[in-house]
Amino acid sequence: MSAWFHTTLSPADLFGLLVQFLVLSLFAIGGAITTAPDMHRYIVDEHHWITDAQFTSSIAIAQAAPGPNVLFVATLGWSVAGPIGAAITLLGTLLPSTLLTLSATRWGARRKDSRFVRAFTTGLTPLTIGLLVATGWLLAAPYATDRAHAIGAIALVAVTVGVMARTKASPMWLVALGAVVGALGWV
Amino acid sequence: MSATPAAPDEPALAQPASPAELFFTFNRLALQGFGGVLAIAQHELVERQRWLTRQQFVEMLALSQVLPGPNVINLALMLGDRFFGWRGALAAMGGMMLVPLAIVLVLTAAYAEFSRIEIVAGALRGMGAVAAGLVIATAFRLMGTLRSNRLGLPLAAAFSVVTFVLIALLRWPLVGVLAGLGSLAIAIAWLRWK
Repeated sequence: MSAWFHTTLSPADLFGLLVQFLVLSLFAIGGAITTAPDMHRYIVDEHHWITDAQFTSSIAIAQAAPGPNVLFVATLGWSVAGPIGAAITLLGTLLPSTLLTLSATRWGARRKDSRFVRAFTTGLTPLTIGLLVATGWLLAAPYATDRAHAIGAIALVAVTVGVMARTKASPMWLVALGAVVGALGWV
Repeated sequence: MSATPAAPDEPALAQPASPAELFFTFNRLALQGFGGVLAIAQHELVERQRWLTRQQFVEMLALSQVLPGPNVINLALMLGDRFFGWRGALAAMGGMMLVPLAIVLVLTAAYAEFSRIEIVAGALRGMGAVAAGLVIATAFRLMGTLRSNRLGLPLAAAFSVVTFVLIALLRWPLVGVLAGLGSLAIAIAWLRWK
């Protein structure tokens, strides 16, 4: 590990990176992670700024760390071009969606009792709940299909769901439990 | 601000006192969020702070999912904006991002060293499995809101199940599911609204 970012990008490259992430921001419906395949195409396949393995581990680190998963764009940017890379990818990802979200919610809030806005939220609520179960399912899949640890992992997911349904315990205790059980090699 | 009428099991709502309180609340919930913040956000904002009812939370979440951008960040922006306008939106987003960003960058620098340690890798696996369970548990918690959905419980539940099947099992792209199934659900809700 001699250097964290293997290349120094030219200003033109950095500008291209910024534009790429600004555009992707507007397509990130369902979360920034949905645009990861296109980030991979741009950074790894097209420009060879980082390797496939570096790309994957950047995402894994952000998933494991506390905080919103969108921080994976900062670890990607860091791997590509150090601090300036992280600043560029984060700014590019957040700026357009932030402006759009604020203007859309203000528009909606002014009309929140209108038939259209009521129908919009009423119709989308069931999809949101289905989407949440799907997200949990997809997050659990890699653990549940790993033969060496599948039973422990499925049990841990079940315990988590059960405890959350029956108590008001803070999720942090369950995360701590997961860390201990995993460190012992049971998951 | 007029809230949806509170259900009998949901006591009166509270409000953050200042943008600073928003900042620190979002900072605290972000730091508890291993593998994603959504489950913690629901716990902190609804069950603990009572700034939103479950119904309001799920509606805000629905919006944050159809708008581009990270869902929990959109949620933070909407909630902050609702209480304190721009300053609130920036306080909530900043609280969510700043400290976790510093941590994640330090971890990026350290990763190559400690990922080889078996205990660390195991602990990360365990935390990942719990993170998955937390998201599923949050979904279960919010399912209660379907009972008061104007689509009616059977139809609303059917939309949830079809969404799950399309996304989790058939791996359809989200944009298509939202555009197709979402439009259908909105259209039905529109027709039922008199």
